[in-house]
Amino acid sequence: MSGSLLRNIRIIVSIIFIVPTTFLFADIFSLIPPVISEKILFLQFVPSTLKFIAAISFTVIGFVIVLLLTVMFGRVYCSSICPLGFLQDVVNWLSRKIKRKKEFKFEFLNEQKILRIVLLIIPVLFFVFGSVTLINFLDPFSMYGRFAGNFFRPVLVSANNLAAVIFKSFKLYIVYPYELKAFNIYPFIITVTFFVVVVFMSWKMGRLYCNTICPVGTLLGYISKFSFFKIKIKQDECLSCGLCSKECKAGCIDSENKIVDMSRCVACFDCLTSCPTDGIVYSYSYNKQPNIQTYNQPITNNSKRDFIVKVSLYILSFSSIAAQVKKKIVVTKPSMIPIFRKSATSPPGSISVERFNSKCTACHLCVSACPTQVLQASFLEYGFTGMMQPRMDNITSFCNFECKICSDVCPTGAILPIDLEKKKLTQIGKSKFVKDNCIVQTQKTDCGACSEHCPTKAVRMIPFEGNLFIPETRDDYCIGCGACEFACPTKPHKAIYVEGNRVHQLAKKNVEEKKQEKVNYKEEFPF
Amino acid sequence: MNRRDFFRKSLQAGLFTGAAMTFPGVYGNYFAKSSRTLPSAYDLVAIKGGEPETMFDEAIKTLGGMKAFVKKNQKVCLKPNVGWDVTPERGGNTNPKLVKRVVEHCLEAGAKEVYVFDHTCDDWKRCYTNSGIEKAVKDAGGIMVPADTENYYQDVTVNSGKVLTQAKIHEVLLNSDVFINIPILKSHSSTRITVSMKNLMGIVWDRRYWHSNDLHQCIADCATYRKPDLNIVDAYFVMKRNGPRGVSVNDVVTMKSQLISTNMVSADAAAAKLFGVEPDEIPYIKIADSMGVGKKDLSSLNIKRIIL
Repeated sequence: MSGSLLRNIRIIVSIIFIVPTTFLFADIFSLIPPVISEKILFLQFVPSTLKFIAAISFTVIGFVIVLLLTVMFGRVYCSSICPLGFLQDVVNWLSRKIKRKKEFKFEFLNEQKILRIVLLIIPVLFFVFGSVTLINFLDPFSMYGRFAGNFFRPVLVSANNLAAVIFKSFKLYIVYPYELKAFNIYPFIITVTFFVVVVFMSWKMGRLYCNTICPVGTLLGYISKFSFFKIKIKQDECLSCGLCSKECKAGCIDSENKIVDMSRCVACFDCLTSCPTDGIVYSYSYNKQPNIQTYNQPITNNSKRDFIVKVSLYILSFSSIAAQVKKKIVVTKPSMIPIFRKSATSPPGSISVERFNSKCTACHLCVSACPTQVLQASFLEYGFTGMMQPRMDNITSFCNFECKICSDVCPTGAILPIDLEKKKLTQIGKSKFVKDNCIVQTQKTDCGACSEHCPTKAVRMIPFEGNLFIPETRDDYCIGCGACEFACPTKPHKAIYVEGNRVHQLAKKNVEEKKQEKVNYKEEFPF
Repeated sequence: MNRRDFFRKSLQAGLFTGAAMTFPGVYGNYFAKSSRTLPSAYDLVAIKGGEPETMFDEAIKTLGGMKAFVKKNQKVCLKPNVGWDVTPERGGNTNPKLVKRVVEHCLEAGAKEVYVFDHTCDDWKRCYTNSGIEKAVKDAGGIMVPADTENYYQDVTVNSGKVLTQAKIHEVLLNSDVFINIPILKSHSSTRITVSMKNLMGIVWDRRYWHSNDLHQCIADCATYRKPDLNIVDAYFVMKRNGPRGVSVNDVVTMKSQLISTNMVSADAAAAKLFGVEPDEIPYIKIADSMGVGKKDLSSLNIKRIIL
């Protein structure tokens, strides 16, 4: 198979993956049902691994297939399936287009072995000890999800809304505007920071992120050292002209010594097309010894340092700093009593806040899929370890009673699939009534917005002064959907709010008897 | 009654007398047909015992058919209740069969376009779909309009409003010639019951303002802004408790009834009776009556009662 054919296949396959994956995160029309999105993301390595651990289900063995592919062909995941890899290729391609005059070229880089292994081991250790924080920040899929959700989605929203305005002026109501209900500044800044770093690295030095920082790249890299098919330099035919290493965006070809570092090769096949002879080939070479050895040395050297870093980070993550930063409700018009939530609420299906925090990689697919936009990226609402993970934001919206789409789309199993009837009884939090903020108490007029919106009537209206009715909350029936809090019109502080359950509970089903009333259809009207 | 209403009423009275005087002649016939203001001798039609669509067919006949309200090439705006993500038998939203029938009648009467919308409480797409109303409207040839973003709403001044003096109202309603209100009768945790006037809460953008500024007064204020040309109260599945959303079908009593009136206050008063409460127990009915929006005293009305 010729080099250019391999390269073209690589490009076509990566387009087949990137287009639907990106659309999933930008999809404001809810066009793609969860059944399909599951298939699109089947091969994403970190989500699939986490979901396998979370659900022990053989329907999520995408990561096994990726491992097998790597054993066979090298890092094809990195070249074609990983969305962040594609993004870097695009940035790099643009960079080459612009810098053409200056004779843009790559060069062989030394491997940052210690850094790579540390950045693989520490997130894994964190995960073993129950925190997904570092995986959450470094997983390329989740990172791309945040980029797409934060940057591409608003672009689609703007295009859609522009179209809606144009259609509306012709009195056509087929395209409707989409409103992004909340903007979370800190999560946005964090996302932008990561974006800038990744773009800068790929602009300057190709796949440097993949070969230095990315834990998935490191893991698959060391596996691909033993893969059946490898990029190989033929000692006899190679002229050591260095053209291939100038083309290698992974910086892994040492043409002087005629060595390819397979742990960093992302199987892009660009080098194959660059060679004037047939000096570099992609071929079956199972029994060949890996070119570079002794990669397990640094692990022992660094273990002490790793341990200290790990422990200090871990302690920091539970520090009281995080606990003190709680979101105050937005101010516009006075109600007197401020509200401080003890805990943020995690979505139904996540079982407990702790479990959710230890499983979610913050890819924000659920944030994109949520029809009411109640799921929003968090900053410190969960504390340090849950940074960027989605939370139920009842100021922005509420959880639609008949919906469980987040549990259907979650690729990592942080939100486990949940039966709709069970979801309707899953208590993710409890509503708390603050009487002295309530309009019925302060202004002595009817309101009841909270009770109107309550799907289980956990918030009901009971007789109050005169002919008025005032809300009463019943913990047994409350599921913590936040409809009451969202509907409550008091400002700046709500008169009713949801306090998240650390561990989700089961609410009682509201089973009132059938309303007994005989209707005689032949009887005269009561007026 | 303010000055503008006085002028309008006098003008209507004058026109009517003029038309009545020439009634036997050619002019009178022509004039009577083209006038929309007084289509029938009945203030209210109450009907029971049939399916939503058959009851509507019968009831509208007694008011001179839909042609009495909708003229050729007019734009019609229907406002059913589509507030909740629940199925029709839960009684949370207007019966889709009724909405479909009304759209068909409007188009038969020559309406150019029939627009339907509601500012929903639950996620709007799910409400439109699961209520069955979007499909019903489209099948009948009407146009379902979204109402979940602020740019559909335009600022208006509510001249007769006491508390609600400014509001943002959906442009489709503002641009239409005929406004038909199709509420469902059901229990309501904030206002005891919801019928025609309360249904108009779905034409405005900012509902929280109403809740925090004397809800009953705001409901009555909004009722002065644009009175519907026709109110069709769906009382087929009636949610008798846990409203307005309801918890299960156990909250619902199948009453198989329908009320039609050109006046919201009368429709609401009759609906209250049907529900089993006195109109005077509902503050917004009392306030609207005192503000001259309509009459709550049913004994003074000419009511057509039909039992199928």
